[in-house]
Amino acid sequence: MLFESLNKSIRGNKLFQRIPTFSLLPEFLKRNFTYVPPAFITLLLLIGQLSFGILDSYVNLIVAVATAIMTEWLLSYFVLGIRKNLASAYISGISVGILIRSTMIWPYIITSMLSIMSKYVFRYRGRHIWNPSNFGVSWMLFMAPMDVAGLSIQWGSNFLALVVIWILGLIIVNRAKRMHVTIAYVISFIILAYVRSIITGDTFQAEVAPLTGPMYQLFIFFMITDPATTVSTRKGRIIVAILIACVEFFLRLNSFIYAPFYALFIVGPIARFIDLTIHQPEPAFVRSA
Amino acid sequence: MQKVKKIPWLITVVIFAFLLVFTAFSSKKDFLHGEKNIFQKQEAIKKFGFYLDAVNQQAGIDFHHYSPQLDPKLKHIEPQIASMGASVSVVDFDQDGWDDLYFTNSRQGSQNALYRNLHNGKFENVAEQVGLADLNDSVTGVSMGAVWGDYDNDGYPDVLIYKWGKPELFHNDHGKRFVNVTDSSGLPQWVNANCAIWFDFNNDGLLDLFIGGYYSEKLNLFHTSTTRVMPESFRYANNGGRKYLLMNMGNGKFKDVTAQYELNSTRWVLGAAAVDVNGDGYPDLFIADDYNVNELYINDHGKRFIEVGRQAGIGNIPKSGMCVSLGDILDDGKIGIYNTTITENGILLQDNNYWYPESGSTSPYPHFVNMAKLAGIDNAGWSYGAQFGDLDNDGYQDLYVANGFISGKKNTSYWYDYSKITSGNKAIIEDARNWPDMKGKSQSGYEHDKVWLNRGDGTFEDISNMIMPDVTYDGRAVAMADLWNRGVLDVIVANQNNIPLILKNDLQLHRHWIEFDLKGTVSNADAAGAEVLLEWDGKKQIQVITDGCGFSSQNSHRLHFGLGNRTQVDQVIIKWPSGKTTTLVHPQIDKLHVIREPE
Repeated sequence: MLFESLNKSIRGNKLFQRIPTFSLLPEFLKRNFTYVPPAFITLLLLIGQLSFGILDSYVNLIVAVATAIMTEWLLSYFVLGIRKNLASAYISGISVGILIRSTMIWPYIITSMLSIMSKYVFRYRGRHIWNPSNFGVSWMLFMAPMDVAGLSIQWGSNFLALVVIWILGLIIVNRAKRMHVTIAYVISFIILAYVRSIITGDTFQAEVAPLTGPMYQLFIFFMITDPATTVSTRKGRIIVAILIACVEFFLRLNSFIYAPFYALFIVGPIARFIDLTIHQPEPAFVRSA
Repeated sequence: MQKVKKIPWLITVVIFAFLLVFTAFSSKKDFLHGEKNIFQKQEAIKKFGFYLDAVNQQAGIDFHHYSPQLDPKLKHIEPQIASMGASVSVVDFDQDGWDDLYFTNSRQGSQNALYRNLHNGKFENVAEQVGLADLNDSVTGVSMGAVWGDYDNDGYPDVLIYKWGKPELFHNDHGKRFVNVTDSSGLPQWVNANCAIWFDFNNDGLLDLFIGGYYSEKLNLFHTSTTRVMPESFRYANNGGRKYLLMNMGNGKFKDVTAQYELNSTRWVLGAAAVDVNGDGYPDLFIADDYNVNELYINDHGKRFIEVGRQAGIGNIPKSGMCVSLGDILDDGKIGIYNTTITENGILLQDNNYWYPESGSTSPYPHFVNMAKLAGIDNAGWSYGAQFGDLDNDGYQDLYVANGFISGKKNTSYWYDYSKITSGNKAIIEDARNWPDMKGKSQSGYEHDKVWLNRGDGTFEDISNMIMPDVTYDGRAVAMADLWNRGVLDVIVANQNNIPLILKNDLQLHRHWIEFDLKGTVSNADAAGAEVLLEWDGKKQIQVITDGCGFSSQNSHRLHFGLGNRTQVDQVIIKWPSGKTTTLVHPQIDKLHVIREPE
């Protein structure tokens, strides 16, 4: 869905039609469209790294990405008997590499493995139900706090780079036709931040502050909008986004630092399960030797 | 619809389940290993041969630190801002051959304390009678630390009190009294400093001063018109205080040469140490910055400083740099730099650094690798001060790290609130008004200090719960000294808002030692910057004389080396700041050697 909409948009652009070299681009993208989202997240990563130095280590990122790709490659072949495109594994690997922080290498390996493996272990009606990196990251943050922390701190104060990240992110979700998910979540978050500020007595700015940080930028642009794990109707997706914000609201009132991940971890698979039950016909034969 | 192959799927499920269980238990090692092992003194002595006994009462040290009181606009996060000021420096101010102790206090109206060593195990507070007690008020500011240095080479150490306020310089009148010479000295009017060191950056034989600003010097935290006082970023803040490099002009005056020497950054300095990292004979400057990367300034032959943190490998990952201390943990004659940070499980895993100099670098600047994890001295907690010293005289330097940020109400935590605000944009984080009310909550409070015993193979054993009383004060400054002239290193810890810890080392192993007290003649009288290389038993250990290092602390001026069971030292090579060298062959052991620089 993301690829088709991006393709249409690029082909429809007059600039691309006027310039011969650019006019070949839509065709190129059409043939290689799978690689556009990974290219976007890589660009975001580069901007974040060059502007703020968001990565503590390139090695950790490379290990996370390589593990995710390798796990996907192996499991798709041995479990599903197919050669799966590795673009989504690449995105999962990058998300893991950015979102978790550890002073050791092994948490990056295991988080990437858990993320990708969850796609193959938790399946319903032939589809996976958890956002892969959300599963891996949430599990590690909750269960392995002595080994892993999350990206809950500010990237930096370079305002221009922040604007670029938001613009790029919004372009991506717009092309993926998931802008409504991002907007529904952000509006819900802001309203609930105001309610929290009344309850806790903290300022509204304090409650809304996390939204301006990098953890949320990745969360709202790449995690809750993931086409593979969102529900099938627009209305349903908006409801789910609001529900995630609501669950997060209660988790925040109970001082969960990684509340958005945990909220998606809880709401996402339930919503997906219900959606698949309603909209996805039960396969005649799901498992075979 | 993709079909799943059953056997590969089952194998995947098994591996997946194993990984889930493994990760779940990886963070519960303590649970698996049972309760922490708290030793009694006799058990510790039996196992390690020594014990650090808290002897405040026996020593007559009744000092209590109190935090500063800030402008009412900052009251809601006062424990967060006013979280420093407990400092300790070891000095023989009256030159009687016994180390004395100076503690700073930080509440308006509170008094600093100078404990004179009475040579009988006891100390006497003489701060008031010598004029170093009453230094804390809202007009001139409150003390954050003290650093001693003989700036006029008269043989008696003088003292700079750095404050959140006006830094004050006192001249030592032959150990009898201290004369406030601030007004004629050319020191800045107001610095919110948590760090200062004396060092002779141009090797002219006169001690110069470095003062590192923390909060901006434009702020008066006791009467502030703005609440925009906080860091603009948790990782890349450049809105801290400015640095001051003050050149000693030799007539009791200091000249501000900061801009000329290119120390222009305005990061949040918490620690600094001067050490010659490139072997050119001039002291370089390692600076620990909170909310940003550390800085390494290479001294270009006393003419200027060049910041090479990134090229040297120490300035790439922003952490909360809290202190700088120096130690040769491998006995290979190379000085490593220990730099504490913050670790709170599940929230912030920075881990402390031990920067070991890498040989064979092709870069024009020295290069360091972080060996803290390998050595097992990385994870301490919310660390502040740290010092190396051979606590069991086995010939290897051990490590003491002070831990704990704010011990408020038990079973409460400000970390959630903190993470909320520190992830925000500059406009939000830098304004104290936006910071949630602390309401007496703890943040990384009730942490035990760390004592790491050097195994002699480059790794350390954590003996914290076994070797000292089970106390969890909010540790800040650490200093080491042979307080009772026994050939044994004792530990002194200044704790925020609490009593200090005077940890007398009850070492019952009959191991050997040697100590050196250097007196500069051509070099500065303190011999600050002098390096002593001790060679024995196939080992060589290097130590440097510093006038201030760690966090708000100063070690004894004497250098202490444990020798283990060896009864002979091969040789000692002393490299003076002037470039002169003194070599001692087979010096007598179990003795303090007072060495005067050859003229």
